[in-house]
Amino acid sequence: MRSLNMPMTDEAIRSLKVGDPVLLNGIMITGRDAAHKWMVDTFIKQTRHAQDDDLQVYAAIKPLLAGSVIYHCGPVVAGLDTKDYKFVAAGPTTSIREEPYQGMVMQHFNIKGVIGKGGMGPKTLAACQEVPGVYLHAIGGAASLIAQTVVKVLGVYKLDFGVPEAMWVTEVKDFPAVVTMDSHGGSLHASVEAHSKAVLQELLARA
Amino acid sequence: MHDITENILELVRLTSTDLPPDVEAAIHRAVEQEESGSAARGALETILQNVELSRQNSTPICQDTGTPIFYVYYPAGWSTRSIRQQIEAAVVQATKKAYLRPNSVDSITGKNSGNNLGGSHFPSIHFEEVDGNTLTIELMLKGGGCENVGAQYSLPNDALNAGRDLAGVRRVALDAVYQAQGQGCAPGILGIAVGGDRGSGYYASKETLYRKMEDANLDPQLDALEKKLVEDSNQLGIGPMGFGGKTTLLGAKITHLNRLPASFFVSVSYMCWAYRRRKMTLTNDRVKFE
Repeated sequence: MRSLNMPMTDEAIRSLKVGDPVLLNGIMITGRDAAHKWMVDTFIKQTRHAQDDDLQVYAAIKPLLAGSVIYHCGPVVAGLDTKDYKFVAAGPTTSIREEPYQGMVMQHFNIKGVIGKGGMGPKTLAACQEVPGVYLHAIGGAASLIAQTVVKVLGVYKLDFGVPEAMWVTEVKDFPAVVTMDSHGGSLHASVEAHSKAVLQELLARA
Repeated sequence: MHDITENILELVRLTSTDLPPDVEAAIHRAVEQEESGSAARGALETILQNVELSRQNSTPICQDTGTPIFYVYYPAGWSTRSIRQQIEAAVVQATKKAYLRPNSVDSITGKNSGNNLGGSHFPSIHFEEVDGNTLTIELMLKGGGCENVGAQYSLPNDALNAGRDLAGVRRVALDAVYQAQGQGCAPGILGIAVGGDRGSGYYASKETLYRKMEDANLDPQLDALEKKLVEDSNQLGIGPMGFGGKTTLLGAKITHLNRLPASFFVSVSYMCWAYRRRKMTLTNDRVKFE
């Protein structure tokens, strides 16, 4: 199994192919529905004025995201009272909801990896080819197991989005995932969908 | 009147952290179906490892601890208002103990209440008075990923060539499984309600998910359709997590409600493999969990 250290080089990304299992090491940030909409509205399309701590958070996350990974995850976190945060359960959430935003976010922040579950669509696949980047599939629901690879919670931004939607900065060791969309246009999700569609047509043709 | 807050807290802990044996057994059987070395088999093996770890450490199986859906069957003499208060207190404590993720978000302001309470529908609690002297509380934790891939069809559906009969129900149910792909955390379990209105249909589709994995439908026609749906779905090749493979569905449960002459709804609730539902009973002073 291949180890990948974050931030990642273009060469490392281009060498990855659909089906490759990987273990991730280094610093990554969680971000899901609220974070993606916030990034696009405030900094990319700029349909919303920056307010409160938006600019400080932007300045802080920009270098962390560059060449690194965003994780679609809304963790269960212990230590909320003491701020001695620890991930208790931290599996991936369904990624397709970020399809309207992900490509733009990858381009803007130079994000080279997106971790989630269920796969993403053509816009994200196009961004994977351009940035370049990969989509990494973690096992949905394997939350206790994955939480053990989060060795340290380094901080949190946008906690006002709520615990699941906040951007948690974590250090991970041997975080397991499988490449299911690569920088060469390959997508396991597209091929599984096409195959299942053909089978569905056959099944529907029967009585 | 007993104070059963502590018992309900234990019910929440058990539901969130300890996958029921019938579900775990079904996943074990599924592992054997998948080819060794395949991504599908790897996913199921990881799932089983996670189930074991969660049980040992009392940590949530899945970080999305979902909507807590309680069904309370109470003997005469119990106060439903008091039971509701105790359920809410237990849910707040369970959130503090990290058995539940704070999951209740105001849809207009976007603010998370932080304690899993909010309005009169979160958590979701249903009450029904029953004969006898046993109080039964069933709890299901249903996450957002699988909830999002649920679907409701109004028959006839021309595109799927689905008419108002069980063959039509089969067609739309298979379409729902296809549309879900791996996004509802396959392998899943379908709860299907035929009939009702849009509201009662979805309710009933979730109620039917309280059944055991291996029980037979009392209606032989529906029992046959449940088995057929699993068999057909597992030919789709979607597989665990949508990685491809033989296990797309672990089970299907079908119920039916009377409908209006004009309406024929098929409501499909998709439950992820992390099929978390548990039951507690209180008879006299004896509490039992299963």
